[in-house]
Amino acid sequence: MNLILIITISCMVMAGVYLLLSRDVFKIVVGLALLGMGVNLIVFFAGIPGTLIPAVLEPATEVLVNQAANPLPQALVLTAIVIGFALLCFALILAAVLVKQNGHHDVQALQQSEPQTKDGKDNCKPSIMEAE
Amino acid sequence: MLLLISLLLPLTTASLSLFVTGRLLKSMHLISSFALIIVTVLLLLTTQHEGAQSLVLGNWPWPFGIEFYADGLSALLMVSISLIAFAVIIFQVQLSDSLIESRHFALLQSLIGASMAISMAADLFNLYVWFELMLISVLGLMVGKAEPKNMEATLKYFILSLLGTLLMLAAVGLIYRATGHLNFNAIATLDLSPETAQQLPIYGGLLLLALLLKIGAFPLYAWLPGSYHTLPIHWLAFIGGVLTKIGVYIILRLSGQVFDFSLFYDVLGWLAVITMLSGVIGAAYHWDLRRILAFHIISQVGFLLLGVALASQAAATATFLFMIHNILVKANLFLIVGLIWLSLGHFDLRRLGGLYQAKPLLAIVFLLSAISLVGIPPSSGFWGKFLLLKEAFAQQYFVWAIAAMFTGLLTLYSMSKIWVEAFWKPLPEGTEVRPIPRILMWTVLALSVLILALGLMPEPIIQLLDSQVGGFYGGAQ
Repeated sequence: MNLILIITISCMVMAGVYLLLSRDVFKIVVGLALLGMGVNLIVFFAGIPGTLIPAVLEPATEVLVNQAANPLPQALVLTAIVIGFALLCFALILAAVLVKQNGHHDVQALQQSEPQTKDGKDNCKPSIMEAE
Repeated sequence: MLLLISLLLPLTTASLSLFVTGRLLKSMHLISSFALIIVTVLLLLTTQHEGAQSLVLGNWPWPFGIEFYADGLSALLMVSISLIAFAVIIFQVQLSDSLIESRHFALLQSLIGASMAISMAADLFNLYVWFELMLISVLGLMVGKAEPKNMEATLKYFILSLLGTLLMLAAVGLIYRATGHLNFNAIATLDLSPETAQQLPIYGGLLLLALLLKIGAFPLYAWLPGSYHTLPIHWLAFIGGVLTKIGVYIILRLSGQVFDFSLFYDVLGWLAVITMLSGVIGAAYHWDLRRILAFHIISQVGFLLLGVALASQAAATATFLFMIHNILVKANLFLIVGLIWLSLGHFDLRRLGGLYQAKPLLAIVFLLSAISLVGIPPSSGFWGKFLLLKEAFAQQYFVWAIAAMFTGLLTLYSMSKIWVEAFWKPLPEGTEVRPIPRILMWTVLALSVLILALGLMPEPIIQLLDSQVGGFYGGAQ
């Protein structure tokens, strides 16, 4: 079980990072989602997986059965999934609007928030440095 | 109790503001953020008289419940945040345009609430959740009116910040697996098995990496100058003034009280040097006021990181002092730039001018803040830098100290660039000077007087900080 989880996590993180490095805005969003799921699994991993015994107290006992699953990381993962889902929705809409506004998927070509270069003149240079 | 109020006040206001509009909305926000100042000042006084305040939620015993913890350091940070919040809300009330205002008011308040919560979080997962709330609020503000350049900036900010929070979440999970605890104090006081003692610094390092991304340290700062300048200037005052500093505050607290970061201090010191130099060089290149100040944020984060890397109680005092000064001065400078924009209609230095004649009071206020930012004695920036450099020389890190002094010189260059271009140069032809709303001028003036007071009388604050950092780096409280 541990081995399977480790392999799954590393595959998801690898795929996520690979997609994140791409220049296509939708691939980046999918990469972030995959990476997020991988990280969620890491947190889930903190709760001693590999046991089938649920974290429920037997009647008239005060201590969990030995090797029962820890419920806290599951609660944490649940929170993280909800937050991640909201952010994923936001990212998808953001990507869709960007594609609609610019007409292409290329992140590298997004230059509108940078200093504009008009007629080859660098907007950042002081006027003294420009040829008369 | 005060802890809970200072958290719930902004968050309740945020949710309520979705249901009201117009005058009621504005007065509600003004009252709420003014009340926040009172609550945080009361909290500061309480921590001085009765010691640190702690609140463990959910009726669980410590260390299992979610804990909020405020000592003098967090309270002082919260006071300065709430002061900036009030100033920014005054600007928002004056400048907001009617259509989408309630949404933006709500986002601003939830941002303030998240900053409050992070200042007093004492639980790793809780910390992560509040960082997420902060991220979501900033994203909402950054989208603004959804113009192409805003969306682009949002994408840049979103990708790198989300990567940071994911790293943080992974680190939190791994730390929980290694120690079985999420509470700061519980992790700090744990008896570690040899195996865990080997693992924990690595997981702590992952957390450190996530926070370095959040505060914009070299080489992870690309998101900051790529996105900040598209924000409306008074929101930028809060975001640029407060957010990165909170990240440094968390790093300082974790390194001083929770984790053993001694593996990383050398690296951090060099990172700090490169961060401050690259920030200030970027600022020297640009002509847009917002970009200049955004790059200065990076260089000041470098200064603060230097304080973390020196890893001593004296350095911690200096760093906290510099942080408080920087929150106030940076936000004030952004607000002053907002006033410059209101009166001349531009952020580009080449199209500004003549303000020394047209608005002498604005010129004086700017000069005060700029001198503080550079750190000319006896301004508020001087004391933090002086104590930090003293500690760097005492620990014989000469290269780091000289780099910091050189950064100060370059900061002076870009501040005098603003001074010469915007205030001394004659007004470009065809530019008309518009009046500034008086209340905004008063707000900036009040902040400047506060900065001046901090510079002239730093002793009470230094004493307060000195008494609080006693438990840092293994010292007995």
